[in-house]
Amino acid sequence: MSALSVSYVILFYAAIGILVVGLGSRILRYVKTPAPLKIPTMPAPVTKSGVVMRLGREVVFFESLFKSNKWTWIFGWLFHVSLLLAFFRHLRYVIGPDNILGMLIGLEIVQSFGKYASYTMVIGLLGLLGRRLFVERVRYISSPSDYLMLLLLLSIAATGMLMTFVSHIDIMQLRDFAVGLFILQPANVPDSPLILIHLALVALLMIIFPVSKLLHAPGVFFSPTRNQVDNAREQRHIADWAVPLDETRGNK
Amino acid sequence: MADFETPVLQKYPVIPSITIDAMKDSAPFVAKPEHQDPLGFPGELVDDWKDRAIEKMGELLGKYRSFQVYLDSCVKCGACTDKCHYFLGTTDPKNMPVARQDLLRSVYRRYFTFAGKYFPKLVGARDLTKEVLDEWYSYFHQCSQCRRCSVYCPYGIDTAEISMAAREILDSVGVGQKYCNEIIAKVHKVGNNLGLPEPALKDTLEGLEEDIEDDTGVKVRLPLDEKGADILLITPSADFFAEPHIDGLIGYAKVFHEAGVSWTLSSYASEAANFGMFIGSYENMQKVAMRIREAALDLGVKRIVHGECGHAWRVAYSFWNTLAGPFDFLDPNYPVPQHICEFTYDLIQKNKLRFDKSQNDHRVVTFHDSCNVARATRMGDKPGGQFEIPRAIIKTVCNNYVDMDPDTIKEGTYCCGGGGGLLTDDLMEIRVKGAMPRMQALNEVVEEHGVTNMAAICAICKSQFTKVLPYYKMGMDMIVSVHQLVSDALILTGQEVDDDEADEDAA
Ligand code: SF4
Ligand code: SF4
Repeated sequence: MSALSVSYVILFYAAIGILVVGLGSRILRYVKTPAPLKIPTMPAPVTKSGVVMRLGREVVFFESLFKSNKWTWIFGWLFHVSLLLAFFRHLRYVIGPDNILGMLIGLEIVQSFGKYASYTMVIGLLGLLGRRLFVERVRYISSPSDYLMLLLLLSIAATGMLMTFVSHIDIMQLRDFAVGLFILQPANVPDSPLILIHLALVALLMIIFPVSKLLHAPGVFFSPTRNQVDNAREQRHIADWAVPLDETRGNK
Repeated sequence: MADFETPVLQKYPVIPSITIDAMKDSAPFVAKPEHQDPLGFPGELVDDWKDRAIEKMGELLGKYRSFQVYLDSCVKCGACTDKCHYFLGTTDPKNMPVARQDLLRSVYRRYFTFAGKYFPKLVGARDLTKEVLDEWYSYFHQCSQCRRCSVYCPYGIDTAEISMAAREILDSVGVGQKYCNEIIAKVHKVGNNLGLPEPALKDTLEGLEEDIEDDTGVKVRLPLDEKGADILLITPSADFFAEPHIDGLIGYAKVFHEAGVSWTLSSYASEAANFGMFIGSYENMQKVAMRIREAALDLGVKRIVHGECGHAWRVAYSFWNTLAGPFDFLDPNYPVPQHICEFTYDLIQKNKLRFDKSQNDHRVVTFHDSCNVARATRMGDKPGGQFEIPRAIIKTVCNNYVDMDPDTIKEGTYCCGGGGGLLTDDLMEIRVKGAMPRMQALNEVVEEHGVTNMAAICAICKSQFTKVLPYYKMGMDMIVSVHQLVSDALILTGQEVDDDEADEDAA
């Protein structure tokens, strides 16, 4: 294997490791930290299944954002849906066509949706960048990292598009590399500059995920204003740390 | 009227452009040692404040999932930037919810995150300095913890949670807010925000009984400390002396009278308000809430009914059970606590009250959803009951009712501008400016529909509007209690009425 391939293999194992461990420990922290008081944003569901629906609407449709700002909603939603479609298309690099999942992914519809999603993804990202640059209020709250995040995603999308529409790469070799990572038999990385840039940026994205605002992805599921049932009058809700207070409470 | 300009009301809501540092000098009076001591906080800024503040932040990160998750999750999408009444009224960008959070998030990042420790500039992290602490004190007292921003944030990020944490950190290093902490100390000592002792309370209630009798010819009681009564009424102490609150209290008394239930107030727990929430102190909030449990046990009541108050209803509805429950010694057939609106609505449903709606014909009424009632509690069995029940009551007792702009009511309601511990004269500018979006919506229905009165079910809202309406060239008596409208239309059994006017149909 070439030195280049070796470094890419190491890069990806490191990225995967950081993503899994970083995100895992963050999620564990969220799980372990209690929400000591009932604070759902009302009106809130009064049943667990209602909460599942509420979170579902939040994750699938961005319900609150829709109520809030139609432009941010359309650009944000477009980007995320496109990302999902692109993700499905990319699965062909790790799943062969010889099983049912592989066949589904190989379907023309999945592949072309994934392909053209790159356009909508870029539109969404440019829209978000435009708001950040030109809406005074959003510009005020933006840090360098907020712009860089958008530029990173745009670069990933752009290099991907170039490979899809302009300068094709060796798909079989890419699959060997990707599958190789999974089965622990590293293979050579295709040595086209475009794919190397694309892969490096994706690895970078994975690395910064657990230490950046990308934590909004797990965060939405742990948001007490969204995931709590409205049943405070019916059920007590005492955090572990509040138990000693509970036992010694009283003014008399 | 004051050394600031009252915002000009526009015909339609507009999102203003930002004015950096417009409100940087706004800060409430700082608590003195005698206000801090009884709450268990240091009397003044401690020497090692920086270390202790960071330590406290760390402690809160481990105690409150909301705090931890919200500091991590914001993507700076900007969706909340135009949702805060204080931003709309002051145009100070630090009053945009996300910017307010960032005042604290920047410090969190610096001391608790990888990115902020190693790349502070990149992610907008900063050291905790005295300037930062002062900035916290200023801007976290320009947030009424109304939760409007949390409705519109894609992750439900609730700036109120951040404000509460910030105030708790400030308290823990000795920088408390005088208004809140002085009041909490009074409750711990006397039992209500005003420090009103039992004899004064008794006098007031007797006076009210006389007024009602003069007015209606019917003897309606306002009992105090009556053991064995069925219902304990917990209501904000403003109901005992302030206008228009007191007319609401008369309304509750009349409703209880007509319902034929025995009820009582308690001089030990003569306060529904619980400012412990505003300063984010679980311990103080619990201590205040416990007085109510203790009073209920002492008096041997079967039910607790809660008067018109917003944040207090939040504490009662959402936190009492946790802080001071379980209330298994009360009658399980009724919710604990029950809101006075739920109580009255129930009687209306059962046709137990008779009204003469025409008594309110000189009014065209609109309803101000109080932020804490709307976004932090419920009434009745169904989500949204907190919007429908008060409106149903008003429509039962008034012929003329209109709602304000749909974007400014129900879950999207604008705070009155005085909530969250800001209802103090030293914060008049932020109070007046923060009231602007509500005043704008009100002005619209005044001009279009001839609205004469705005009803509310919150003691803070009522006091705040009484004070700020004149700044916007509207009458301070426009604001009324919901139970004042009930009181005006209710026909007491045995009351002398002109038969033609009486509307026998209770519905
Ligand atoms: S809680 Fe209310 S006052 Fe505070 S930032 Fe949010 S909208 Fe503004
Ligand atoms: S809406 Fe939520 S995620 Fe967006 S900027 Fe405001 S607080 Fe952050």
